[in-house]
Amino acid sequence: MNISRRQLLILLPAAAVAWKYVEAGTPEASPNYEMSEHWWGMLIDITKCIGCGNCVRACQKENDIPDGYFRTWVERYHRTDYHLENPEVISPDGGKEGFPSVPEGTQGDYFFVPKMCNHCSDSPCTQVCPVGATFISPDGVVLIDPKYCLGCAYCVQACPYGCRYIHPEKKVADKCTLCYHRITKGLTTACCEACPTGARQLADLKNPNDPIHAFLKTHTVQVLKPQMATGAKAFYNGLDGSVR
Amino acid sequence: MSGFKDVSHLFRFAGLFVIAFLVFLVVRVYVVPKSFGEYGHYRAAAIGEIAAHPIKFAGHQACESCHSDIADTKAKGAHAHVNCEACHGALATHANDPSSMTPVKPDTLVLCARCHTASAAKPKGFPQVNPADHMGGVPCQTCHNPHSPAIGSDTGKGAAAGGTK
Repeated sequence: MNISRRQLLILLPAAAVAWKYVEAGTPEASPNYEMSEHWWGMLIDITKCIGCGNCVRACQKENDIPDGYFRTWVERYHRTDYHLENPEVISPDGGKEGFPSVPEGTQGDYFFVPKMCNHCSDSPCTQVCPVGATFISPDGVVLIDPKYCLGCAYCVQACPYGCRYIHPEKKVADKCTLCYHRITKGLTTACCEACPTGARQLADLKNPNDPIHAFLKTHTVQVLKPQMATGAKAFYNGLDGSVR
Repeated sequence: MSGFKDVSHLFRFAGLFVIAFLVFLVVRVYVVPKSFGEYGHYRAAAIGEIAAHPIKFAGHQACESCHSDIADTKAKGAHAHVNCEACHGALATHANDPSSMTPVKPDTLVLCARCHTASAAKPKGFPQVNPADHMGGVPCQTCHNPHSPAIGSDTGKGAAAGGTK
């Protein structure tokens, strides 16, 4: 095989670029998973949530979350005629053990809203990190590198949804990983696995066969705080305008 | 140009800067992790580390591969879409090695009440009861098979033993 000097000069940089991609590969722990084939989000159906707290307990168990801290939690909204736009919101211990009973004869309506990281595609939290410790993975999950995080808590302040906290033992920022260790192995998240009513459903927006596409066509879904243009990927069905 | 006679100290100073910059470049090569910047301004290896977190919820597919009888019972009833670990808890250790641990049967009086206790906050179509009026302390599985809760399908003694075997 004869390669002219000119051809070699063209081939070398191309090979260098190709090798970089070979080296990059995919995460070791999940050999068959291709990050470029997924774009993860979550569908949360408020009309199905019964406020049992299964998701909160499952998340704490799966991810070893210390007591009193939450990667996901459930809020109960109480809307009355007096404060339609500023409803009363409670979330005792994140809704982990359910909610107090509704007093008889109270006015207005109640509903549950499960909250979690929205895995925004234009996330404010990743933009403020001074050291590159939090980022959006190539498959659309907002993650934290605990070895790089300084614990400065800029991201905790930047998240408009209050989804981040400083881990009391590790002293670094912590948040929902969308059970990255599960979804990369073909499982659903712990909260979705534990939800008895299907109020939470993991959604792969890049997978044309994912039921999310049919759902989005036939339902009117919203995201939280659309005015913040975060590109949130936690889609809420049946969301009341009063939910913040 | 008489003002620029003694400039050697400036060169020495500039030399210091050059050396410091070279030291910075060398240190940088060692300090910045290899995978930093692979996908963006972050350490790409962190993705793999996060993905390596151990699994605690095995997933209903794992349960059903052995307990297909329960899966069949469940598929016919109202709890068809309630995953096993929603009630039985995280059981990946059992799924990985069934002999390592035997799951404890949940107390239906606590478990069922978590979802089915009547509350005005719950969606209207969801089956709800007032536990005190409904059964007055009798365990739920006396009448209902938790895997297929409609009365009549498989209730009484069989249900009390945990449903169809």
